[in-house]
Amino acid sequence: MPPHPSPTASPHPGHSGDPVGGAHGAKKQFLRDAREYVRDTDHRAFLRRALAGYYTTRDGQKARYRDWEHARDAANLAKWNAVNRLDEMLVRFADTFEAGGGKVHWARDAAEARSIILGIVRDAGAKAIIKSKCMTSEEIHLNAALEAEGYGVVESDLGEFIQQLRGEPPFHFVFPCMHVRRGEISKLFEEHLGSAPTESPEELTMIARRYMRRLYVEADVGITGGNFLVAETGQISITENEGNARLTAALPRVHVALVGIEKCVERLDDLAVLLPMLATAGTGQPITCYNTLYGGPRATGECDGPREMHVVLLDNGRAAILADPEQRDSLQCIRCGACLNVCPIFKNVGGFTYGTTYQGPIGSVITPHLRGLGDWNHLSQASSLCGACTDACPVRIDIHHHLLHNRRNAVRAAPNRIERMGHRMFAAVAARPQLFAAGGALFRRSLWLLKKLRLPLLRDWIASRDLPGAPARSFRDQWRHRAAPAVARSRPSTGGGAR
Amino acid sequence: MNARDAILARVREALTVPGPGPHQRAGEMAGHGAAPHPAPPPLGSLPVLALEAARPWLPDGGATPEERLSLLADNLGKLKAVFHCVPTIHAAQDLLFSIARERDWKRVAWHAHPLVEPILAGIPCATHKVDSAAGVVADLATDAGARKDALEACDAGITGCEALVAQTGSILVSSATCGGRALSVLPPVHVVVATPEQIVATLADAFDALRERHGKSLPSMLSFITGPSRTGDIERILVLGAHGPKELIVILVG
Repeated sequence: MPPHPSPTASPHPGHSGDPVGGAHGAKKQFLRDAREYVRDTDHRAFLRRALAGYYTTRDGQKARYRDWEHARDAANLAKWNAVNRLDEMLVRFADTFEAGGGKVHWARDAAEARSIILGIVRDAGAKAIIKSKCMTSEEIHLNAALEAEGYGVVESDLGEFIQQLRGEPPFHFVFPCMHVRRGEISKLFEEHLGSAPTESPEELTMIARRYMRRLYVEADVGITGGNFLVAETGQISITENEGNARLTAALPRVHVALVGIEKCVERLDDLAVLLPMLATAGTGQPITCYNTLYGGPRATGECDGPREMHVVLLDNGRAAILADPEQRDSLQCIRCGACLNVCPIFKNVGGFTYGTTYQGPIGSVITPHLRGLGDWNHLSQASSLCGACTDACPVRIDIHHHLLHNRRNAVRAAPNRIERMGHRMFAAVAARPQLFAAGGALFRRSLWLLKKLRLPLLRDWIASRDLPGAPARSFRDQWRHRAAPAVARSRPSTGGGAR
Repeated sequence: MNARDAILARVREALTVPGPGPHQRAGEMAGHGAAPHPAPPPLGSLPVLALEAARPWLPDGGATPEERLSLLADNLGKLKAVFHCVPTIHAAQDLLFSIARERDWKRVAWHAHPLVEPILAGIPCATHKVDSAAGVVADLATDAGARKDALEACDAGITGCEALVAQTGSILVSSATCGGRALSVLPPVHVVVATPEQIVATLADAFDALRERHGKSLPSMLSFITGPSRTGDIERILVLGAHGPKELIVILVG
């Protein structure tokens, strides 16, 4: 067996997710990383290729629904119901789960969650910890905290394992290492696991599989996330494809699940809607390979399973989103990743540029709530507002309007005087036709000069865009002198076609 | 105030401000901040429950037993699982015998189950019974790593199931009736033995079957297994057998 890898679980310095350079550090980092990534056309093409198959497989699965749009309404209803009665759901979940022999812990913030989990690990006298994919643990930087206390943690999900070895956070919260090429993975495994180089994804997967087998058997504590908390039955539901979460919750003595409070659903039956839709929207599967419900530790008469099960319910800013009724529906997110897969911005700037735990459109909506609007509202500007995210969302979160809401809120919180003055001036000019015409004429004639002078605002705008030359005549002038026959034939609403 | 009370207080406080209803876009109600929030429908009295609303729109599960069987077979095929229908338990026995011989299995793991026990008879390899009752072969009854190793070293795990779901091609296993948690996921091949009566149309029907069988005390683990373990983490290319079984073989008897 090759030596144990020394994964650096601490987030990558460049992508730490926390602003480093004061209030505008996050924005500066975003602009810098976006510029860098956009230049890398090879990598963007690679990302596009990786996501190309998604549309086909997803649409194929959607076609199996008798009506996908109606099913979305039902999924929305299931999550709306739970989010809008969250207090009731949480109490019911906690009571029912504890009746099944598990223990519920409540964590107001990241620090509290870390200390709860460290306490459990310490009490268990853990020597080895195995983890399955858990975005909430990325959110609270759990691995770094465990390692600081001297515990070894190994990520068992293949993508997360690769990212752990690379010392990077996930690139996409469903496909963590989608940006990595197979050759790089081969080198990584060669270096850390002593395996032979290979270009075959299958062989690479088998190298990780063989490596992980022993760790499942030896680990004392297994840490997982959770996709749903079922209030009615007191169960957590975990969705995965690889079987690593199944093993993580089967073999170690202690099972800890770290789950956000918004993950509630009221009834087991709600999962009959949400499980297939999560998979179809997220990966284009009919349902993921393993959908598992855990109601507690091993029960009497069962032959294996952990002796202890803990669920840590994490708030960490979620209640703040709940308090904003306009954006409350963003708590209905089931983290399928569909909005990332279809987002033109994500595909062009890549996942690290966001600098957040949750990338893409939904991340841009919720991060300002979780970490402060002042530092993170630039994410809401990084959108074309095309609405592809909203269309793709299986639970009908109004994502692109929320990006607009964040923009509005940011302006309200910190009004930009120059921008406001500019709008006032434009309004004053536009309300006076003669002034407007004169201004237009001046602008048409001086555009070349403005271009040459490289005024700050214009310079930023045209740095990556073509600025066409100004037409010789204004639209109003052209309209007045359009060909006569067109007037006779066309109604005012279609007459614009005349040239 | 402890953390539980603090979080619940925050949540309750947040929910005192009404938000839009379930199918209402926040964008419609927001405008530029002038429009007041409309009153939401009364909580807990939704017009329809989510599942009832969705039932007619979800993928079909088949109306008759024949339809369900063919849908199940079709879905299992697409998932790259192997599906066998055999008429009798003897035929299942022969089938398993030939599979074990062909793959040169050295040792298979199993659990006490009315279908599993008879089809193992005459299997040309060692068997390893997974059992909670103390006994000579109760290898997984303790937490010792060596005992887990015994299961890890098996070539296949043979289990029964709670139900088969036609709609998705899923096999529902539970920790109470299918040999615990690891048997169906640790060995590289998972063989499931079932009868046609266990086929249900949809996931919702599978939940009904569970409630019928277990009442309020559900097993500590319930898992819908849909095809062999898989990953697409490397360049989004599908690879079977990531951490769970590389092969899933379903044998339907009768």
